[in-house]
Amino acid sequence: MAKEKREIGLLAEYDSPHAVFEACEKIRDSGFRRFDSYTPFPVHGLDKAMGLGPSYLPWFVLAAGTTGACLAMFFMIWCSVYDLPMNIGGKPVFSIPAFIPITFEVTVLFSGLTAVFGMFVLNRLPTFNHPLFNIKNFAKVTDDTFFILIESRDKKYDQQKVTDFLRNTGAKSIVVVEG
Amino acid sequence: MASKTLEIAAGNIARGDVVIPESVEQREDLVRGPHTFHDITNIVCSPAERTFAQMHIGWKIGFAVAAALCTMFISGIGYLIWEGVGIWGNMSPVYWAWDIVNFVFWVGIGHAGTLISAILFLFRQKWRTSINRYAEAMTVFAVICALVFPGVHVGRVWTVYWMFPLPNQMAMWPNFRSPLLWDVFAVGTYFTISLLFWWVGLVPDLATLRDRAKTKMAQIGYGIFAMGWTGSTRAWVNYERAYLLLAALSAPLVLSVHSVVSFDFAVSQLPGWHTTIFPPYFVAGAVFSGFAMVNTLMLPARKWLGLKDLVTIKHIENMNKIILVTGTMVGYAYAMEFFIAWYSGNEYESFAFINRAFGPYAWAYWIMVSCNVITPQLFWSKSIRTNITATFIISIFVNIGMWFERFVITVTSLNRDFMPTAWHYYVPTKFDLMFLVGSFGLFFTLFLLFIWRVPVIAMAEVKSIMKAANPHRH
Repeated sequence: MAKEKREIGLLAEYDSPHAVFEACEKIRDSGFRRFDSYTPFPVHGLDKAMGLGPSYLPWFVLAAGTTGACLAMFFMIWCSVYDLPMNIGGKPVFSIPAFIPITFEVTVLFSGLTAVFGMFVLNRLPTFNHPLFNIKNFAKVTDDTFFILIESRDKKYDQQKVTDFLRNTGAKSIVVVEG
Repeated sequence: MASKTLEIAAGNIARGDVVIPESVEQREDLVRGPHTFHDITNIVCSPAERTFAQMHIGWKIGFAVAAALCTMFISGIGYLIWEGVGIWGNMSPVYWAWDIVNFVFWVGIGHAGTLISAILFLFRQKWRTSINRYAEAMTVFAVICALVFPGVHVGRVWTVYWMFPLPNQMAMWPNFRSPLLWDVFAVGTYFTISLLFWWVGLVPDLATLRDRAKTKMAQIGYGIFAMGWTGSTRAWVNYERAYLLLAALSAPLVLSVHSVVSFDFAVSQLPGWHTTIFPPYFVAGAVFSGFAMVNTLMLPARKWLGLKDLVTIKHIENMNKIILVTGTMVGYAYAMEFFIAWYSGNEYESFAFINRAFGPYAWAYWIMVSCNVITPQLFWSKSIRTNITATFIISIFVNIGMWFERFVITVTSLNRDFMPTAWHYYVPTKFDLMFLVGSFGLFFTLFLLFIWRVPVIAMAEVKSIMKAANPHRH
């Protein structure tokens, strides 16, 4: 028994950054919230045209970097001063300047790993079975075509009205996405 | 500015619109020809969609040679582990020779990649987009080659885990005050971050290859590394932020890595090594050698892969300007070392430098000076820095010169010890040569595989700097 398909939303196709930009502004101004645009490259200012806020990612990276710095510094102090104090050329065991390079490297390592994997988590990736991958034309999104998806979860969603609305924004074609 | 104000008043431009000043509009385009987005996709993807049989004959010969040398390298490492580091020419007092020379050489090569991908990104140098993918791949492969040398030169490779702060049966920790340990962290972090930076940049382009894939295997292969990328704007927002953060983190990282590598020498007490100029001098040298290596790799690849419209003479000229600047900085550092050796009044320091220029290794010193100080000065001439053949030849000279720089620093400072009875003229063995040539084999094997299967140009980024990508142009 195949699982019954659920309507995800309506997918409209556009052929230029300019067209998708204007369409996004209209959709934003009409009060839709659950919609997204798909582009082959980051279109300058499109996030603002969609009414999106800034990314939360820097806060995660800041937290990770701070954790890395503290962890490295305290670990080195614990090792070199308490657990295994070694006399190396008569230098003091508690030698902060000598711990700086490793503290810096660990800070960068933690921040970098968080920047990358935090980005994937925020974007809910990897997702290998996105319903949009079933739309044949959607493969062109990574080439030269631009799309907008208005989701059926949106409070203002009504298939007929949204279809007419998208047609007025200059969409080249509109398809129903199921999954 | 006046015309912009007028246009806003006339209602032609909305507040917040990006207005490109005329001076920028009139600049030479970074992408030549009337290419559409789809053309860019085709130009970049088609080399990566060729079968082995369809590859250029030059690529095939290159791959055969590189793979053979790489095999030789791996067998060399096997023999080294079996027999010990005695197979090299290292001998008292020259305990550090080609092993560390090759390590520093390869780490240095890597620096250009990060400089292009991170620092030029932060300075909003849009011309970087056509070459950053190459340069980042080069960084990753060069750092792999570099890591082999400290990995095997410890002799007993089964104890390399002593370098990491792991709880062990000896109840000991590494010495965190040693520059050699700083190096483990610096180069390890550098490799990890470079690999991530390269991969993050690749994600949208791998998605393109996934969507164009003709076979199930290619679709799954590219699909896994593309992480299910859809190009959603909500995802691009986080993506661009992550990329910016990585660039901001990599910029100080790349400066720190070669500084830490130079500490391996500078923190010791040896005349010729114990100098404060080392960190900036090493970083400048690293960028210098790395840019030369980018040119060495890019010029043939651009020809064979048909990318002349994306990697233009303007790109090559910009690269050559950076080679000129950093080459001059390196020349200044050589001169300053001599000045300080004399000005310090320390006879051991003075001796170390006189020995460098006029001692038994004078030939190596003057090869270094001719390749690094004299040849890049030719780039003052516009006709030379826009000439592809000349650029290629000079880039080879710089590669040779920068290898000799590390050789001169390492070996000439060691070979004449404080006691003349201990002096020894270091001569490499055939295994030293095998390791150096073999590391090039490993590097080129990885690089040729990369240009066969991975988009060599950052497609999404190139599209985003085209005039057609501006959403405010009709």
